[in-house]
Amino acid sequence: MTEAPRRTALDATHRALGATMTDFAGWDMPLRYSSEREEHVAVRTRAGLFDLSHMGEITVTGPQAGALLDYALVGNIGALKVGRARYTMICATDGGILDDLIVYRLDEREFMVVANASNAQVVLDALAARQAGFDAAVRDDRDAYALIAVQGPESPGILKKITDADLDGLKYYAGLPGTVAGVQALIARTGYTGEDGFELFVRPADAVAVWEALTEAGRDVGLVPCGLSCRDTLRLEAGMPLYGHELTTALTPFDAGLGRVVKFEKEGDFVGRAALEAAAERAEQNPPRKLVGLVAGGRRVPRAGYPVVAADGTVIGEVTSGAPSPTLGKPIAMAYVDAGYATPGAEGVRVDIRGTHEPYEVVALPFYKRQK
Amino acid sequence: MDNPQQLRYSKEHEWLSDAEGGVSTVGITEHAANALGDVVFVQLPEVGATVTAGESCGELESTKSVSDLYSPVDGEITEVNEEVANDPSLVNSAPFEGGWLFKVKISGEPEDLLTADEYTAFAAG
Repeated sequence: MTEAPRRTALDATHRALGATMTDFAGWDMPLRYSSEREEHVAVRTRAGLFDLSHMGEITVTGPQAGALLDYALVGNIGALKVGRARYTMICATDGGILDDLIVYRLDEREFMVVANASNAQVVLDALAARQAGFDAAVRDDRDAYALIAVQGPESPGILKKITDADLDGLKYYAGLPGTVAGVQALIARTGYTGEDGFELFVRPADAVAVWEALTEAGRDVGLVPCGLSCRDTLRLEAGMPLYGHELTTALTPFDAGLGRVVKFEKEGDFVGRAALEAAAERAEQNPPRKLVGLVAGGRRVPRAGYPVVAADGTVIGEVTSGAPSPTLGKPIAMAYVDAGYATPGAEGVRVDIRGTHEPYEVVALPFYKRQK
Repeated sequence: MDNPQQLRYSKEHEWLSDAEGGVSTVGITEHAANALGDVVFVQLPEVGATVTAGESCGELESTKSVSDLYSPVDGEITEVNEEVANDPSLVNSAPFEGGWLFKVKISGEPEDLLTADEYTAFAAG
């Protein structure tokens, strides 16, 4: 891309905090503010503050908004209650994953679809193309929102100080409108870290005020600003897929071990149904590869694209994401491996790390699950 | 950040101490350590290995990436920092001190090593 990266409403705040910035999906985003490992540990043990304004918001409204989303996405969206959210996917006709999404039902006739920054245009185009015949409108709201997340065990206490919303009544994967730091926000109990936490959709003009209020409210419990680098290691430990790594157009949700998001039982046809039914059967009877966790015996870090090999050097899979895990104290990875090697404890699994075959343990995902 | 005046620097962001008995200490600069992020693994050359200026002699691995480690001079490795092998975070916390990487008996020096001021300008550009 030749265009200059876009800057979020919090850009000046990040620079004042001394963030190392990185170009991510066309946006200039904070990679880290200090040590990414310390930021990671802060989210696991205290709380972290993220600017996620690069995420793509799309609003779908109208009497048939739910019916449109049932047709366009693989989930049962029309059945969602007002104030609840769902993790879902949008697939191509051949069943390939176009993006993974969170959909919030804001009202009977209003939904907010949150797409990955890199796929927001693809999702918008697909929804526009699938809208024909439905009494519903699709609106590009990417510029209408800044998104600030506060994640970690201290996040409910921090947010309570600056909102009148009933956070105790707000369940995981629920969202409600409320006031935060005196401004209007959609408060959602969602995240991508494996911890309890909140995502706050606010007007860009209010983003700095909300960020500063959260910073102040979290000061005495050790809240720190967090960049995308630790967001990646947090989601990896939590076994959460990342589009472009574990999820691609070449894979169906069933190939990715996420067939549960596809709701064949919902009413009516939906884009990809026939191909996904075939994919479900293939995954059940004769899966070529499965997504697994790998934990290193040594200290060298597997990276996306590194081959997974058997004892005799045969390639049996490929790493999709890898990083040193601050929580486990060892390198970890997610990888697609041949079904015969996908059982936890499978013998003889190695990763080819720049020519050296290093031993790895196959484990079930996730690597980390918070104690509730 | 301050690059110590008494050191010399390579364009690959290594620093080199003044030789004592022909042996210099080598590490990476604070600028390089900051650019890498948290260093999690360091593969150092073997003691006795011959190294060549500008050629890879090891690896530095951070959360996000892996980078080659270069020697700023030609020579033979006389000692490696076992402490940094065990605790790679020393590269971030004390790049010019406890985070040194190896000592090398110099047999040849390239002509383009930089002074502290030259390196500071180079790293800023």
